[in-house]
Amino acid sequence: MDTKKDIDTADAKVTRRDFLYLTTGSFTAVGAGALAWPFISQMNPDASVKALASTEVDLSPIMPGQSITILWRGKPVFVRRRTEEEIAEAQAVEQIDLPDPETDETRVQKPEWLVMVGVCTHLGCIPLGNKGEYNGWFCPCHGSHYDTSGRIRKGPAPKNLEIPNYVFLNDNTIKIG
Amino acid sequence: MLKIKNIFLSLLLSIFTSFAFAAGEMHEPMHPDWSFQGPLGKFERAELQRGYQVYTEVCSSCHSMDLLSYRNLIQEGGPEFSEKQVKAMAAMFEVEAGPDADGEMFMRPAILSDKFVSPWKNEQEGRISNGGAYPPDLSVMVKARPGGADYLYSLLLGYEDETPEGITLDDGVYYNIYAKNQKIAMPQVIYEDGVEYTDGTAATEVQMARDVTAFLAWSAEPKLEERKRIGFKVIIYLIILSFLLYFTNKRIWRDTSH
Amino acid sequence: MSDDYQPQSAVAKWIDKRLPIVTLFSGHLMQFPTPKNLNYWWTFGGILTFCLITQIITGLVLAMHYIADANLAFASVEHIMRDVNYGWLLRYIHATGASMFFIAVYLHMARSLFYGSYKEPRELIWIIGVFIFLLMVATAFMGYVLPWGQMSFWGATVITNLFSAVPFFGEAITNWLWGDYSVSGALLTRFFTLHYLMPFLIFGLVILHIWALHVPGNNNPEGIDVVKGQDTVPFHPHYVVKDVLALVVFMIIFAGFVFFSPNILGHSDNYIQANPLQTPEHIVPEWYFLPFYAILRAIPDKLGGVIAMVSAIAILAFIPWLDSSKVRSCKYRPLYRQFYWILIIDFIVLGYLGAQPATGIYLILGRLATLYYFLHFILVMPLIGYIEKPKPLPKSISEPVLSKEEQLAKSGQMA
Repeated sequence: MDTKKDIDTADAKVTRRDFLYLTTGSFTAVGAGALAWPFISQMNPDASVKALASTEVDLSPIMPGQSITILWRGKPVFVRRRTEEEIAEAQAVEQIDLPDPETDETRVQKPEWLVMVGVCTHLGCIPLGNKGEYNGWFCPCHGSHYDTSGRIRKGPAPKNLEIPNYVFLNDNTIKIG
Repeated sequence: MLKIKNIFLSLLLSIFTSFAFAAGEMHEPMHPDWSFQGPLGKFERAELQRGYQVYTEVCSSCHSMDLLSYRNLIQEGGPEFSEKQVKAMAAMFEVEAGPDADGEMFMRPAILSDKFVSPWKNEQEGRISNGGAYPPDLSVMVKARPGGADYLYSLLLGYEDETPEGITLDDGVYYNIYAKNQKIAMPQVIYEDGVEYTDGTAATEVQMARDVTAFLAWSAEPKLEERKRIGFKVIIYLIILSFLLYFTNKRIWRDTSH
Repeated sequence: MSDDYQPQSAVAKWIDKRLPIVTLFSGHLMQFPTPKNLNYWWTFGGILTFCLITQIITGLVLAMHYIADANLAFASVEHIMRDVNYGWLLRYIHATGASMFFIAVYLHMARSLFYGSYKEPRELIWIIGVFIFLLMVATAFMGYVLPWGQMSFWGATVITNLFSAVPFFGEAITNWLWGDYSVSGALLTRFFTLHYLMPFLIFGLVILHIWALHVPGNNNPEGIDVVKGQDTVPFHPHYVVKDVLALVVFMIIFAGFVFFSPNILGHSDNYIQANPLQTPEHIVPEWYFLPFYAILRAIPDKLGGVIAMVSAIAILAFIPWLDSSKVRSCKYRPLYRQFYWILIIDFIVLGYLGAQPATGIYLILGRLATLYYFLHFILVMPLIGYIEKPKPLPKSISEPVLSKEEQLAKSGQMA
C-alpha cells in the first residue's frame, strides 16, 4: 500500500499515523469499558433488595430463656435472651475445649442477648434450639452440637455460628445488617 | 428526478411537523417552564418536597402511588428528605403485615422499605367510593398522558367556577377546559391555601399545581437527573470519537483512489 | 479469499488446523475484497449487526429481572426502571434500540432497492433478508406486548384477532395462539419465550445472509461487476473503520433518544396498565409498523385486509423477478428512479396514515397509497425495465473516479 513517496518520509508519517490510530483505538477501548459496566452492575443487589438488607427487631416481647427466629437476607437469625445460668455457662468454658476458640464476651455486645445466624457452619442446615449436649443448639443433619454461646463443641461443623453485624438502637431494639 | 427528491424532502418535513400535539377534542394545555425540562433539566428539591406534601394531604385520599416506596423519598435525584424525616413520615401510615403466629394478619406502622400505602384495599373499593370511576394510580401518570406534565398541571387548574351555557353534566362529572370533551370525573381539588407549606411558601393554586406536578414528574422518572447527566457525557464522548474516526478513516483511504 | 492469509501465532495455527476459524475470520472479515467505491448507504449492514447484538445483550440482562406474569409484568418493568442498577438505561436502550433497528433496516432495504442489490446473482441474499425482516417484525411485535400496558394488550388483541379471519379454522387457530379465549397471561408467557428465541434465529439467518453475500461479493453504487484487486480494497481496515465511523454517528442519534427523549417514539398509553375492560380510543402500533397497519385498514374486508398486509411484505421476496431491468443501479435508470422516489414517499405517507383514524380523507388516501404500493411492484417494476432507456454504464468502477481525476488534472488542480 505504501507508495514510493510514503517510504521516503516513512518515519515521520508512521509516527503521526500511529499516533492517530493509537488515540482512536484507546479512546474506543475506554468507551467500550465504560459501556460494559452497567451490564455487570445490573446483576448486583438492586435497591429494593438493599432496602431489605437490614432488619430492626423489637426485643421487648422476648422473655429470659426465650428465643425468636427472624428472617434476615433470606437467612434465619436466632435472637435469644439468655438466662443467668446460660451466660455463666458460656463464660466458664475453657478456650482449649473449643474446636473454634472464641470467648463469649467477643460474641455478644450485651451478655443477655445472643444474636446469631441460625445456619449450621457444616453444610447449612438450621440447628434446633434447646437441644444437644451443651444446652444450646443441635443440628439434626449431621449431629453438630453448639453451646449457650453458639460455639461448636462436638460434631463435624468447623466454625461457631456466625454473629451478624448488629447495633442496639436502644435498649429494646436492635438493627441487624 | 431532482424535482421528485425535493418534493420527497419537503413532504418528509411537513409530515414530521404535523405529528405535533393531536388536536380535536383536547384543548392545547398551558406550557409553564419546568426546571426539569430540556437536556440540562433538573428537579428542584424544595419543589418536590412541597409536591409530596400536596400529594399526601390532597391527593392520597383517593389516588394510590403503588410503584413508589418510602425509601425513594431519600434517594438522590428526588425530594431528598433525610432518612430520619422519611422514617417519621412513613410511620404515620399503617400497612398490613403478617400472618402472625396465630395466623392473623395485623397492622403495623410503615417502614422505609414499604410501598406507599394505597387509600383503597382494591380497585372495587376505589370505584364504589367514587361513583364508579376509579381514581387512577399516579406513579407514572406524567408519562401516561399525552402532554405529560403540561397536561396534568393544566388539568389541575382547568376548573371553572361556572359551567358554561349549553353544557349539561351528569352526577359526579365536572367541567374542566383541558379534560377530554371538557368533562372529567374528578372534582377540583386544588384550592388556595389547601395546604400549609412547611417551608412557608404561599400556597396559591398555581403554586400547588406546580409543586404536585413536579412531584409526579419525579415519580414517573426518578432517574431523570442521572439520565441527563450521563447522557451529556456520552454524547460528548461520541462526538469526539466520531472526529477521531473521521480522521482515521480519511488517513486510511488517502492512498486509494475512490 | 481465504487462501491468502496464514495464521501467524502458534496458538492460532493450532486452532486453525482443527477448526479453520482463524482463516475464516480473516478471510471474511479482514481480507475480504470489497469494492472501493461503496458509499455510506453500505454501512447499514454493520449498523444492523450492532443493533442485533445490542438488543440481544440488553434483552438478556432485562430478562434477569422481568417477570412474564400478567399480574406482575408491568410492575416488574417499573422495578427495572427504579430499583435495578442502571435498569432505566438498559430498558430505554432496549426500547429505543428496537426503533433504531427498524430505522436502519428500512434504510438498508432502501439502499438495496435503489442500487439493485437484489438482482442476479444476489436474489437469495435479498430473500433471506426478507425473512430476517419478517422475524424482526414478529420479534418487535411480541416484545411490545411484554410490558403489559394498554397498547401492549390491545395491540396484541387487534393483531392476534386477525387470525380469526382465516376461513373455517380461524377461531380455533386464534384460541390456539392465545392458549385462552382472549388475550391473557397465557399469551404473555409464550410471547416472552418466543421473543427471547427469535433474535437467535435472526442471528442464524444473518450468518446465511452474509455467507450468501460473500459468494458474489458486495454490490456497489455503479451496479456493475467489479474486478478483484483493481476495483477492491481489503475489508479491514478500510471498511471496518468506515463502518465504525458510521456506527458512531448512528450511536449519537441513538444516544440522543435514549438520554434526552426516551419516550418520544413510544405511546403514552403504554404507561397505563393493561385493562381488558377498557379499550383505548386509538389503538396504534409502534411507528415502524404504521405503513403495514395502514394497508391492513385500507381494505374493508377483514380477511382481505390480512391478505393485503401479509402480501405487502411477501411481495418483496419476488422483486428480483418482478424487476425486468437488466441494469442494477438507479444511478443509470433515469426513468425508474423517479418511481423509486414515489415508492419511498408512498411508504412514508402510508406510515403517517397508519397513525390516523381510518375514516374520511385518511381512509381514501390510505387506499390510494396502498394501491400505488402494490402497483409499483406488480406493474411499474416489470414495465419500466422494458421501456426505459438506461444511461450508458461505466466500463469499470474505477472509470468514474479516474475521469474525475482527469478533469482535475486538466484544470491544473491535481491533489
